[in-house]
Parts: sequence; structure tokens; C-alpha cells
Amino acid sequence: MKLNIELRTSPHLRKTHSVDTIMRNVVYALLPIATFAVYQFGISALALLLTVVASCLLTEALFNYLGGRPNTINDYSAVITGILLALTLPPGFPLWMSAVAGFIAIGLGKSLFGGLGYNLFNPALVGRAFVQAAFPVAVTTWPPAYAANRFVEFIPTTLTLPFTEPVDITGWSQQVAVDAFSGATPLALQKFEGVTTPVMELFTGMSAGSSGETSALLILLCGTYLVARRMMDWRIPVGILASAGLTAWLLHLSSPETHPGPLFMLFSGGLMLGAVFMASDMVASPVTPLGIWLYATLIGVVTIIIRLYGGLTEGVMYAILLGNAMAPLIENMTQPRAYGHARRRSRS
Amino acid sequence: MAALHEDETMGLLQRLNHASFSHGIHPAEHKEGTRDKAIRRLPFAPRLFVPLSQHIGAPAVPIVRVGQEVVRGEPIARADGFVSVPLHAPATGRIEAITLMPTATGNRAPAIVLHVYQADNQVVGFGNEVDLARLDRAALIEAIQQSGMVGLGGGAFPTHAKLRVPEGSVIDTLLVNGCECEPYLTTDHRVMLEQTHALLEGIRIVMRACGAGRAIIGIEDNKPDALEVVRQAIPSDSPIEARAVKTKYPQGAEKILLKTLLGREVPSGGHIFQVGASMVNVGTAAAIGQLIPRGEGLIERVITVAGPGIEKPGNYLVPLGTPTDFLLEQLGFNGSEAEVIMGGPMMGKSLPSLEVPVIKGTSGLVVMNEAFLNQPVRKSYPCIKCGECVNACPMHLNPKELGLLAAKREYALMAERFNLNDCFECGCCSFVCPSAIPLVQQFRIAKTYNREHAA
Repeated sequence: MKLNIELRTSPHLRKTHSVDTIMRNVVYALLPIATFAVYQFGISALALLLTVVASCLLTEALFNYLGGRPNTINDYSAVITGILLALTLPPGFPLWMSAVAGFIAIGLGKSLFGGLGYNLFNPALVGRAFVQAAFPVAVTTWPPAYAANRFVEFIPTTLTLPFTEPVDITGWSQQVAVDAFSGATPLALQKFEGVTTPVMELFTGMSAGSSGETSALLILLCGTYLVARRMMDWRIPVGILASAGLTAWLLHLSSPETHPGPLFMLFSGGLMLGAVFMASDMVASPVTPLGIWLYATLIGVVTIIIRLYGGLTEGVMYAILLGNAMAPLIENMTQPRAYGHARRRSRS
Repeated sequence: MAALHEDETMGLLQRLNHASFSHGIHPAEHKEGTRDKAIRRLPFAPRLFVPLSQHIGAPAVPIVRVGQEVVRGEPIARADGFVSVPLHAPATGRIEAITLMPTATGNRAPAIVLHVYQADNQVVGFGNEVDLARLDRAALIEAIQQSGMVGLGGGAFPTHAKLRVPEGSVIDTLLVNGCECEPYLTTDHRVMLEQTHALLEGIRIVMRACGAGRAIIGIEDNKPDALEVVRQAIPSDSPIEARAVKTKYPQGAEKILLKTLLGREVPSGGHIFQVGASMVNVGTAAAIGQLIPRGEGLIERVITVAGPGIEKPGNYLVPLGTPTDFLLEQLGFNGSEAEVIMGGPMMGKSLPSLEVPVIKGTSGLVVMNEAFLNQPVRKSYPCIKCGECVNACPMHLNPKELGLLAAKREYALMAERFNLNDCFECGCCSFVCPSAIPLVQQFRIAKTYNREHAA
């Protein structure tokens, strides 16, 4: 019989979705959040998003070129890092600083480790942590949401000249702010002034804050899409939110005057975005079943402790970075019990 | 038939109740092309190639000379020791040669070449009817060995060797594997439907041979008709029971079905009898039910021939030794390029030559065509630690860690700390990997390397 036969090794069938399909779908899931950020904060937020994404892509291409590796910007992972990073920055963050943040995120957080799959930390958070330390004023300058001219006028700090500090926007804020939307974030208001923002406003995103962290509802919906498509591990966000909620609730019971309730804690600041999109970064989180729950619990508890007892208003970034750092250790300690083996073998 | 129809629309709630194991995957089943096709015979090939080693264990020793005429069913090779089985002539004809022939593994191995007398009526001319009631356990085990029986599900381990247990061990339950979890294959499905009584007779014989007090037939719930037919054929006071199990790959692996049906686990590196059970495939049981009472040997088996490359897919009763190219000619293949998989697409082997014959452990041939082969090769990415392989591995290993170690050639460490040797190569990890990392392929290399360096 005349027939060319081909030799392959089993399994001869494969599931269809691939790394770039997953990454592309994460981008789709982030787009509604990015769009809402633009609606809420105007062209400044748009410029911020574009700048950070462009900076991430260019950095990735640059490091590929320098390292003599094939170009990997088509796998969408740098786009995700860019969008996530932009969403954690204040909407009026100076563009030149945003570009630096993107460069650090990809360069230091990802490429130096070896690129996709090898990073120890979530690259977006590495970028965020860097600018937190490098530009402490700019990164805590919160312009009001829903400013009247937001679609035609940049927030004054956005167009700060490179290598200069942004101007003070207190006056501008008071001038453009619509009624209740002052510039301070709900967490800062609560911590320093004892004013608690109503939970419903936090849930729907009617408050000030980082570009993409304000609407808990929207973030939950987008996360649900990824979980439904089996492209995200639901245990990580559920574990973080449950442990953070429980910790906040216990502390609230112990002294209700100084410690706000669990719903306020869950829906304010970056916790929702962090739990759903940052901590669930596959590369930097454990894969063992028990390890996933430990990792999520650690992040949830540490976030609340930093918020309530630390000097900062927000703790989710450092909590996740700490979780990322612990992930290999957690995984090593929680190897699953293999079929036919009596118990977990100790791995240390 | 009304009941049959009702059962086919098995409710979701009912399905949720079916026993299963944790992890595993759901590949597309592709069984619709052949599951309703009754078992049929094909003409005899002009030449049959009967390899001496169609089973695990020592190859059989030929007891015929070149040029000798043999009758269909006549023994042509004897077992060499306990873990070995004899061979019987699959057709009446003349021994043309005893020579090296290609096998599915890629090596050439000794085989008996039989020139088939096409004019002969091909009646089975050997066999002594046995009064089963007079045989004790040892004699039954001996009779099963003499029939040349091996695991027909694909394992090809001599059946009698599984049934004799060491002094002190007791088998309380015989498990009968009717899962057929590999995509495309429908031989076990058809055997359960068409050879129900032989199946139950075989189960009774095997129960006596291994001393089991009860038997459980596990059938995946994508075969409700088979489940119903088998259930109706079981008498009400029988110690035999048929149970639906969830359709999930690799439900039909011995260790996995044991866990599903009895909740027991074979200890790492051990044998199933150590936990009081034994397991045979439904095809093996049906063959035992047919052959042992008549004192005959295993000379043919049911195989599924399917896949996008085949014009007349179906389930066929084929003499052992029938070469693959003869089957492809009979059943039609269009095109100039193919991948012919012996067994199912998850664990089967690509054939290196179309001369490779159907042997005792061949459950099917899946033929892929050009359209399948020319699909763009999936791009391989670095491991992104998504954990899908960890959630798929039915043995609860950590394929992600094993894969990272394999890339660094840390083969010894893989076995010492990450239970490499418990991997039975089901391929779930490679199937799900979004980075298209050839995980199970790397594990095979690692195991081979460790074996070679163990000495």
C-alpha cells in the first residue's frame, strides 16, 4: 500500500487553548475595567493606560532584542502587565513616571528573570512598588472622579515634564470636584479622618482611587468571565476575599470604632483588583491545592493587618508581593499526597 | 426497548451520582461513528504475522517447523514459564517462516508467518470441551493460561498470572472493566451488547479462578445501553453487579477504576491483589467465557477501526496477526499521508510500519488523515505554572514540577522526590498543557534513563 505514515508520540490529541488564548482572554476581561476608568477619570486615564502599555511592550521588545531572543510581545502577557499596572496608578500620575513604571515592571520584574514563566513576582506589582518608593508624592495624589471637563482636559499632573515633580493639585481639585467627590481615597478618609464611605458607593465605583480599582462590582464580573472560561483559578480570589473579610470582621468585633467592617474593607482600595487579577497571576502563585489556599489566606490576612496597623493606607500590594515570595516555599511544603502513597512526604 | 430509550436520556442528577475519581480530563469522545455498528468479520489476509511476544513476560517458544501445515486453533507456540502464554494458529494454512517482523514499538521481533489457505473453510479444528464444574482453582488458572489469554483492554498482561495470588492474600472482589475511556474505541461497548452471556460466563469462571466472592462491572455512563443490557442479563440472586461510573478519562485505567469502585489504592510499586481485588477487561472476560468451556485458544479479537482517515469505520472480529495494511485496504483509506495509531489516541502508539499486525492487546486502530496531520503545530511556551496538569493528573502527582526537573535532566530527583515511577503515562498532563510542553513524553524519557542507569 502506497502511504506515507507519520510517527508521533501519545497523547495524539490536545486540548485547544494555548498560552496566548489565555492571555488574550485576560486582556478582554480587563478591557471593561479600563473603559470604566476612562469614563470615570477621562482622557488622563486613557493616556495613562496607553503610556504604560506602550512602555511595557517596548521594554519587552528591547530586552528580547538585547538578549537575542525571539520577540515575545505577541503573547499578550506584556499587555496584561501594562493594563494592570496602569489600573493601580492614580489617574493623574505623570506620564513620564508611568513610562518608568512600565519599564521597571517588565525589565526588572520579568525580563531579567528570563521572561514569561520565570518571574518570581507579579511584574505589574514590581513596577507599582518601585514607583511607590521612587515617587511617593505623585503616587498618593488622588484627583477627584467625575470631574466636569475630564474628557477634554488633562489632570494638571498628567503632563508633568520628564524628570520634574508634579504640581500640587489641591486647588484644581476643589475647583473641578463635583459635590461629594473629594480627592481622598476611601481608605485614607477612613484611616486619617475617620470618615467611612458608604459600601454601596465602593461597590459600584462612585469614589476616588486608583484608575481601575474603584468598582468592585465590575472587577468581580470580569473575574467571573475568566473563571467561567476556566482561565483563572477561582480559589485564589475566593480565598483572599474570604480570609480578608474574616480577619476584618473579627477585628471589627473587637473594636468597632477604630476598625471598619468587613464589607468596607473588601470593596475599598486595591483589594478586589489585587485578589482577582494580581494574586491570581499563574506564574507567581502555587499550584498545589493546599498551597493555593495557604497562599490566598496569607495575602488576605496580611492586607488587612497592613491597612489597620501599618503606616500605609493600602496593604494589598505588599501582601501579594510577600505571597509571591512565599509561593515556592508554600508549594514545597504542600506537595499533594500521590495515589498509592500513605501520606504526604515531607519535602524539606 | 422502552426502558433502553429512557435510560439513554439519563438525567443530569442521576449522572452526578455516578462514582468517579478526582482529577482526569474530558477529551472529545468521537465514538458516534462506530458505537452503533455491530461486530463484523472481514476476509482473511493472505499472510498472517504472529509475533511470539504479544504479552508482557517471556515470549512464547515456537513448536512448529517452517513448511508445516497447521489447522485453525492449533497451538503453534508454547508458554515459556508462568508469566507467558502459548499461541494458537489464527487460520488454517502453512508456516512460511519464523523471522523478524516489525512491531508497534519500532523494534523487529520474531514472528511466525502463516500463509493462509484461502480455499479452506477455516473451521476451528482444535479444542476439547471441558466440564468446568470438575476443575478446581489451579486447574482453571492452568486452563486460562493454555487458552493464551492476556488482558485484551490493551495491557496484554497474561490473565492467569493476575488470578493466582501468593499464599496469605485473598481476593474478595473481582472488578470488570467496561469503561473504555479512550476516544474512538467502541470494542468493549459492542462486546457488552453482543456477547453479554459470554461476558457473564467469563466473569463466573474468573471469579472461581481467583476466589472472589463478588464481581462489579464498571461501565462509563456514556454507554447506557450496555449498562441496561448487562443489568438485565444478570440474574437477581447473582453476586455480579453492574455499576455506572462517570465518563472521564482515564476512568478505565486499572488503578483508577479500583479507586472509583472500591475506594482502594494500589500501593506505590505494588499489585492490585495486595488490596484484595483483581481486574479484567470485559473483552477478556467475554473471550474467557467463550473459549474456556470449549477448550479453545485465543485466535481472534474484536477491534475498532476508526478515525477521520477511514472510509468504513466499524467494529471487526479480526484474526490475530492480520497486518495493518490489509485492514486499511479492506476498509478504505483515501489520501497519501496518515498516522495509524494502535490503541486509542491518548495512550496508543503510532505505527512505524503498516506491516505491524493486530495482536492480542490491540483494542483498535485509529487512522488520522492529512487534515489532522497538517494542523499547525501548536507553539510551545515556557511553563506558566497554571497548574492545569496538577489538576488533571489522576495519580495526584505534580507534573509541573516533574516537567521543570525533566528540562534540567534531573531524572533521579524526579523519581526520588516526585514519584515519577507512579506515572502510568495516561497523557492527561500533555493534553491540558496550554504551553504545549511534551510532559508525558519527557517522563517516558526520564523513566527509560533511570531504568538504564539503575543497573
